[in-house]
Amino acid sequence: MIADDDEKWLADDIAAVKQNAFYMQRAIDSNNLKDALKFSAQMLSELRTSKLSPHKYYELYMRVFNELGTLEIFFKEETGRGCSIAELYELVQHAGNILPRLYLLCTIGSVYIKSKDVTTTDILKDLVEMCRAVQHPLRGLFLRSYLAQVTRDKLPSIGSELAGDGDAQMNALEFVLQNFTEMNKLWVRMQHQGSSREKEKREKERNELRDLVGKNLHVLSQLEGVDLGIYRDTVLPRILEQVVNCKDELAQCYLMDCIIQVFPDDFHLQTLDVLLGACPQLQPSVDIKTVLSGLMERLSNYAASSVEALPNFLQVEAFSKFNYAIGKVVEAQVDLPAAGSVTLYLFLLNFTLHVYSDRLDYVDQVLGSCVTQLAATGKLCDDKAAKQIVAFLSAPLEKYNNVVTILKLTNYPRVMEYLDHETNKAMTIIIVQSVLKNNTHIATADEVDALFELAKGLIKDFDGTIDNEIDEEDFQEEQNFVARLVHKLYSDDPEEMSKIIFTVRKHILTGGPKRLPLTIPPLVFSALKLIRRLRGGDENPFGDDASATPKRILQLLSETVEALSDVSAPDLALRLYLQCAQAANDCELETVTYEFFTKAYLLYEEEISDSKAQVTALRLIIGTLQRMRIFNVENRDILTHKATGYSARLLRKPDQCRAVYECAHLFWTDECEKLKDGERVVLCLKRAQRIADTVQKMTNASRGTSSTGSVALYVELLNKYLYFLEKGNTEVTGDTIKSLAELIRSETKKVESGAESFINSTLRYIEFQRQQDGGMSEKYEKIKMEWFE
Amino acid sequence: MNFLLGAFKPACNISITFTDGKNRKQVPIKKDNGQIVMNPLFQSQETIAGKIHIDPYQGKKVEHNGVKVELLGQIEMYFDRGNFYDFTSLVRELDVPGEIYERKTYPFEFSSVEMPYETYNGVNVRLKYVLKVTVTRGYAGSIVEYQDFVVRNYVPPPPINNSIKMEVGIEDCLHIEFEYNKSKYHLKDVILGKIYFLLVRIKIKNMDLEIRRRESTGAGANTHVETETLAKFELMDGAPVRGESIPVRVFLSPYDLTPTHTNINNKFSVKYYLNLVLVDEEDRRYFKQQEITLYRLKEEAS
Repeated sequence: MIADDDEKWLADDIAAVKQNAFYMQRAIDSNNLKDALKFSAQMLSELRTSKLSPHKYYELYMRVFNELGTLEIFFKEETGRGCSIAELYELVQHAGNILPRLYLLCTIGSVYIKSKDVTTTDILKDLVEMCRAVQHPLRGLFLRSYLAQVTRDKLPSIGSELAGDGDAQMNALEFVLQNFTEMNKLWVRMQHQGSSREKEKREKERNELRDLVGKNLHVLSQLEGVDLGIYRDTVLPRILEQVVNCKDELAQCYLMDCIIQVFPDDFHLQTLDVLLGACPQLQPSVDIKTVLSGLMERLSNYAASSVEALPNFLQVEAFSKFNYAIGKVVEAQVDLPAAGSVTLYLFLLNFTLHVYSDRLDYVDQVLGSCVTQLAATGKLCDDKAAKQIVAFLSAPLEKYNNVVTILKLTNYPRVMEYLDHETNKAMTIIIVQSVLKNNTHIATADEVDALFELAKGLIKDFDGTIDNEIDEEDFQEEQNFVARLVHKLYSDDPEEMSKIIFTVRKHILTGGPKRLPLTIPPLVFSALKLIRRLRGGDENPFGDDASATPKRILQLLSETVEALSDVSAPDLALRLYLQCAQAANDCELETVTYEFFTKAYLLYEEEISDSKAQVTALRLIIGTLQRMRIFNVENRDILTHKATGYSARLLRKPDQCRAVYECAHLFWTDECEKLKDGERVVLCLKRAQRIADTVQKMTNASRGTSSTGSVALYVELLNKYLYFLEKGNTEVTGDTIKSLAELIRSETKKVESGAESFINSTLRYIEFQRQQDGGMSEKYEKIKMEWFE
Repeated sequence: MNFLLGAFKPACNISITFTDGKNRKQVPIKKDNGQIVMNPLFQSQETIAGKIHIDPYQGKKVEHNGVKVELLGQIEMYFDRGNFYDFTSLVRELDVPGEIYERKTYPFEFSSVEMPYETYNGVNVRLKYVLKVTVTRGYAGSIVEYQDFVVRNYVPPPPINNSIKMEVGIEDCLHIEFEYNKSKYHLKDVILGKIYFLLVRIKIKNMDLEIRRRESTGAGANTHVETETLAKFELMDGAPVRGESIPVRVFLSPYDLTPTHTNINNKFSVKYYLNLVLVDEEDRRYFKQQEITLYRLKEEAS
């Protein structure tokens, strides 16, 4: 409905404008000044309407504007025909209605200025002053906009022929400034008229009109001869005064942006403190972030675009000014949400990173300011703020792509302290990912210390908060990052590396039972790597007091792994002990190795209760022990004895059997002649066979429900025999093998064993070896089986 | 037909010419019937001289008891129409009784005539100057011819001419301060001034400045006052806020104004007022009227 009315009114008004324009044109064609004035005034009267929305009014205005162009030319011609322009200037003021009168006055005024009859200044002053008479916001805005439009190309500037002197130029400036001020007042006033119900609509309408006001600033920026001095001393303070005093959100926001966009970069740079000084004085509701970000973005681009500009940035201390200003803004705007202030700092940070990429101290200062701010608000809780702060903290990471640089920022961890732990964790992951992605080389213990201090969120639980809702998978993923991070820490200097390990350990041990199983292994392996490196180098390059001796590290590892056993991850602890033992063995540290084994055994005995786990653990123990070279006979005996003992005590017979025949390997080491004890090997195998026999009996007893187990065990045993036979164990006799083979044959005849293919391939293997030339066939000669006949 | 017409025609044609008639400025005067005619312009202390031609119609002779010319200053009240009050009356005898056979010309001169009042055409009163030529005849009735002329008197600019400055208002509603640069304006003058809004609590729609003429006629109980608005000049569009100052610039030349006349021959007065009117959105009017004095300044240029 309303829109329809709007259309209708507009149509009516346009029709009237057209009609009067037609008559005016006719009067102009016949050089009838009086009628031309009369009809132009009538035409202009259509602009007196209050019915139209700004949008429609603009349409109407444009119609009239086009017609006024004709009138202006006519006035010009008229002055050529001897009608004095001063007379015309008076004549148009006889119009009874103010709005047509002032439009006409502006039109003739522009001709007057061009005619050079009078000083431009006087006319400009008069026009801008007279326009005060229109106090209706919409009509006033358009009138003044018209004034700005028609005088725009006629403003005196230095070097222009219209310029009387420097004064004139100053006055042109004054003119534009005053026009701007008045327009802004009108514009702001629109907001306060009419009912509060339509506030939103009005705001929208006002927004449509903002460019009318902003245009003045554009004109100012185009005004020739406005140099830095004038801008600093006159233009900017005047504009800002208006902006601040109007106390209007929309206007302040728009105009600040306008200022930033229309004036040159170096002006901004040189007047930063003035411009920024205005910011805290703006209304609290003004979105100051946008304003400042616009400014900083512009200056960043400016800095990026020209190298020569950079010294200026330093000279004017742009950074500290921004920093100070933002502090002030935050201080002034009490209600500013945390997200807002963080965003501000984010922009500052981005700016700093762009312009002063080499000034870490600045970056740190920004962080510091942010901390101060956060200290006032406390921990961040809302999502928006958290998001902003993550962006804030990520910015330097992205810029430098190097965590080591970040670690130099003392305030960085302090900011992180204000994050809630969700965010903190997220942030930590970002940091860690950065390390991983960029292959950042973190090579000193101090850095590592700082990094882990930073990554606390991942490494340990937060005080008193135990949330059970953590998704297990996520948690694993997070800890995975930590583990990967540990592997990234590397220093070429073993001394330093060991320090790193000490540091990492210190942090990791705080992780609590859930984390330790996931974080300790990488640490251990990293340490073992170091040990291997040390071993590879000179015996001990550091002298005895150095910390980086394998012994010390192993000592440390021993303590570290012990932590694992406390958190009920005995399997893992056991594996790690064995790994350490191996390393110790390689370093020829017998007692240490022994100790590790003792610990492993202890774990096995006390902690590992699950039978399957026992099997696995035992295998590992046997495997590791088999590789040990440094033990003296006594120690070795103790250990092997124990291992064999464990084997025999396994819960399930097949497991026992297997473990026992694995134990046979403990008595046979290829490389070392003195560790070849054929007798005991065979003893073990025999014992295994006996267990297999028991299994077989049990199977037979419960026939029907059969398991394939025992035959397979026999075949496995057969293979073991073959292995040792090949290795040259003289205790392994053809008879033993033969009888075993017989046994297998008879068993397979009795029952479908399910192990046929295993048997067959074993047999094929024997056959194959027999056919071979050289020593191997000789060894196999001993085996004569009817099977093959 | 022609003959018959001729019988009722006056016996002669009388015409009056002024000595410097060709060069003298003519000004438009509105006559009773609404017609506008141009009349010569004089001012006080001028000598009014010229010639009177008496032209008998063909073949006729005019017998008369004497010819005279009178200069009359008259005030006519409209409620008493047709009854003139002569405040000035000068007579020149032009001829002794006799007969006129052919065109005869009489020069005449009223030297340095005192004409204190200006010609004025008001709503209820008219002041006019006229030359009256009478050819006196006994039986056929006298032949009379009139020639109007206009008198305007110029005065020097007043030595004291204070501005008009005043603060007015309605308590807690509207307070304004207005200023007009002078209290006495000549007829082609410009009123300059400003209106300063000290307090605005009403929604003003617009503000006009009216020029009003107050013509009072008669005296005592019979005084009759007529006020007319000669000009309505919009000063402001829209609602100002506190602290706004609105400029005033009104050119008086387009309006049909006369000088202020005070108690002309005890018959009438003409006064002028500036009426500042503020209209609010409910079309209520708030106004303040101030008298100004208008005077006629010698136009230098013309």
